[in-house]
Amino acid sequence: MAVIAKQEDDSKQDGLILTADGMSLKKSLARSLRMQKLRALMLILPLLAFILITFIAPITDMLFRSVENQIVRETLPRTLNELQYWDLSQKKAPGETVFHALYDDLEIAIERKVHTRLGTRLNYEQTGFSSLFRRTGRNLDAIGKIWQKQFEEFDPFWKKGENWANLLMTSDWINNAKEWEKTSDHLQPPFVLKPELVNLLPKTTEAYSAFARYVQLEENEALYKKDPWPGIYIKLYQDLISEPDLSALSGMGADELRSTAQMVSTFETISFKDGFLEIDKDWGEIDIWRTIQVYASSYTSGYFLNAIDMQNGPDGPELRPENERIYIILFMRTLYMSLIITFFCIILGYPVAWLLVNIPTRKSNLLMILVLLPFWTSLLVRTSAWKVMLQQQGVINDILVWLGLVDDAARLVMINNQLGTIIAMTHILLPFMILPMYSVMQTIPPSYLRAAKSLGATNWTAFWRVYFPQTIPGIGAGSILVFILSIGYYITPAIVGGTSGVFISDRIAYHISSSLNWGLGAALGTILLGVVILLYFAYDKAVGIDNVKLGG
Amino acid sequence: MNMITAKNSGETPFVEFERVQKSYDGESLVVKDLNLSMPRGEFLTMLGPSGSGKTTCLMMLAGFETATYGDIRLGGQSINNIPPHKRNIGMVFQNYALFPHMTVAENLSFPLELRKIPKSEREEKVRLTLNMVQMDSFGGRRPAQLSGGQQQRIALARALVFEPELVLMDEPLGALDKQLREHMQFEIKSIADSLGITVVYVTHDQTEALTMSDRVAVFNDGHIQQLASPDTLYEEPENSFVAQFIGENNTLEGIVQEIHGDTCLVELDGGELIDAKPVNIKTTGERTRVSIRPERVEYNKERLSNDAHLLQATVMEFIYMGDIFRTRLSVAGNQDFIIKTRNAPDQVRLEPGTEIEIGWLAQDCRALDAPNGTI
Repeated sequence: MAVIAKQEDDSKQDGLILTADGMSLKKSLARSLRMQKLRALMLILPLLAFILITFIAPITDMLFRSVENQIVRETLPRTLNELQYWDLSQKKAPGETVFHALYDDLEIAIERKVHTRLGTRLNYEQTGFSSLFRRTGRNLDAIGKIWQKQFEEFDPFWKKGENWANLLMTSDWINNAKEWEKTSDHLQPPFVLKPELVNLLPKTTEAYSAFARYVQLEENEALYKKDPWPGIYIKLYQDLISEPDLSALSGMGADELRSTAQMVSTFETISFKDGFLEIDKDWGEIDIWRTIQVYASSYTSGYFLNAIDMQNGPDGPELRPENERIYIILFMRTLYMSLIITFFCIILGYPVAWLLVNIPTRKSNLLMILVLLPFWTSLLVRTSAWKVMLQQQGVINDILVWLGLVDDAARLVMINNQLGTIIAMTHILLPFMILPMYSVMQTIPPSYLRAAKSLGATNWTAFWRVYFPQTIPGIGAGSILVFILSIGYYITPAIVGGTSGVFISDRIAYHISSSLNWGLGAALGTILLGVVILLYFAYDKAVGIDNVKLGG
Repeated sequence: MNMITAKNSGETPFVEFERVQKSYDGESLVVKDLNLSMPRGEFLTMLGPSGSGKTTCLMMLAGFETATYGDIRLGGQSINNIPPHKRNIGMVFQNYALFPHMTVAENLSFPLELRKIPKSEREEKVRLTLNMVQMDSFGGRRPAQLSGGQQQRIALARALVFEPELVLMDEPLGALDKQLREHMQFEIKSIADSLGITVVYVTHDQTEALTMSDRVAVFNDGHIQQLASPDTLYEEPENSFVAQFIGENNTLEGIVQEIHGDTCLVELDGGELIDAKPVNIKTTGERTRVSIRPERVEYNKERLSNDAHLLQATVMEFIYMGDIFRTRLSVAGNQDFIIKTRNAPDQVRLEPGTEIEIGWLAQDCRALDAPNGTI
């Protein structure tokens, strides 16, 4: 005892146990474990990377789309900025400043061709936006052209983009730009405005900067030759009308600018609001502006509200009109039909699983093959087979008519409705119910039933009180599998479900592939995922997830 | 408990098998013409190698198998057509078969509920029975939370809680380690005795059979080879199978030369002559297998009668086993002739290679039937 204590003392310093080479035991243990963990991590690394790239990342991205709404803010930044001063309660469309900002935003948006995307986006919330933006996109130039024409008629100097560049840019940059055009093998030199002009013509230079950035960065064309957009003429008009002191100005175009400055007061103008109303009188509608205002933020609950048949009304979220509601109905239908399918799978699968366990091996192997056979056939083939079986001129109806059970004129409608979906999906998902049940039943020794009977239980009591409770984990596992699979099922309901038998997945597929409203598709998918997770926890609370066994 | 047998008890036997046969496939019989009667209160063990039909007999008695032919009676009533749940027979299974989804108390309460016993009475009975197996504080646990020995006690308690008159046990101690098994043997026996219940116990462990039973039925090949009390079974086996199966045994084969009442002279295959007691041989000239227990072989000539026939033996191996010495000899061509001697202070330890002479009392050496198979 004393010897051992002595040895322990030797290996302890400051209360730490040391290994043979004098390192702290804790440290060396941690080191050896870390090596093990690292090696284990390397083994699973390919799978981990695969899952991250192909599973988690796309799902996260998709879920993110259900709240993402940056397109409005990105496309109409100036408009939204002005729109915040608009008072909705006055029941009037916004004033001139908002339309002016809208003109500025749309001019560049149209150049970038993103105005139609914005139209499509806002059209999800209110119909009419898509055509409004398209029409505006075609005719917006007409507003700016009013100024442009007068400038050009007064002095042809303003026609040429090169003149504009010479007026506004430093001569150094012009030389560089010309040099660049000869070779054009490297990046275009970024434009440099004359500093004195930035002060004299602030609006023009700002608008021209935006134009220049677009031309240089997005189009990558020679800026100094490019004719400016009509909007820049408007800015120049606005700068000149406020009578800046141009006397000190020299260099190319200075004279033209001065002579034009004296004439601008005679130019004819119109208000932007009138211009827009002329293009499309919808711009005068309060609803249009309210929708833009509501969806101004970068993140929106709009898709989710839409997914549960609601919308953002003037007083916060509200239900959509009755004739526009569809998703709640589809969600409820998906849930209750999935429940029915799960229920039938239990009813039909339980005896089969019991047989699989209790008949002699050779027969049970054959039966197992029959159970697994559907897995070896294409899903599409199986579903189509049901179409052949169930349709009004199909096999089952033919037999019933031949037997005289059903009149030829009154053949049963068993497909393109909910019944068809339930029959086909129960059949297709049955193996997912049988297999977990089978693996659980296999672990229950027959002696339990015998024990129950020896204790005085009838066959039924022995089954119900002793056998059945032990199979619940299998039923639970099977039910979760079947239910989760079925609420996300797409192909089968789409083929045999008709209109009354389709699931929510059909709408998701529609929005992802046809209407391209990915946000709404993502919101529907997210809700579906949420429902599954919710049910999972409910199940955990009720039965306990530890009680779910897929085998063993 | 007294050695009661059906023959001398006078009353009608409690459990009775009459000419029972059982076949599973219609081609071969697993149980061939079984006749057995048990009085009330007996502890009977069915002992035999696997496949000998003992478990099938138990299952027929419990009602999980039906007899192909013959009659099984319980308390004078034929139970052939009574389903298992109406037989009121308690049963302990090999793997205990405790219901894993119920607590210990619920397991015990289960048979009482089925018998519609009121709740308070049920609880009282469960408490008493748990007390009997010394598991009072385990009522709220699940079977999976118990050790093997504890599960065994609960299984026993469950088979007893509804007070059956007959309890069947199918190798109940098979899964326990040696020490626990010996302890439980004693406990099961004393509980059975104190309750006065009738027990049919199936095992392939002969020690278990000998220590626990009032009577042992040795099964082989679908037949009861011998049905007797443990001491009779050990000391007076009626045929070579029983002699071989129960305890350790030396055998020598030869031909009967003379029979004089309860002794006979046997000439072994090597020509040596030995004395034996004729058991199931009838005529001279018959082939026989003589059986002698290792502890009855004597090599100290002083303890043998003068006219006893002696055999030459060579010591092959000496094994020290603590309480006894186990010596392997080569005798008359048998290389596995074992003798056991008590580890007493004056005992000689035989060295391998030593030549000795061995002999025995004629009544310890039983001349039995010569099997035509191999042993």
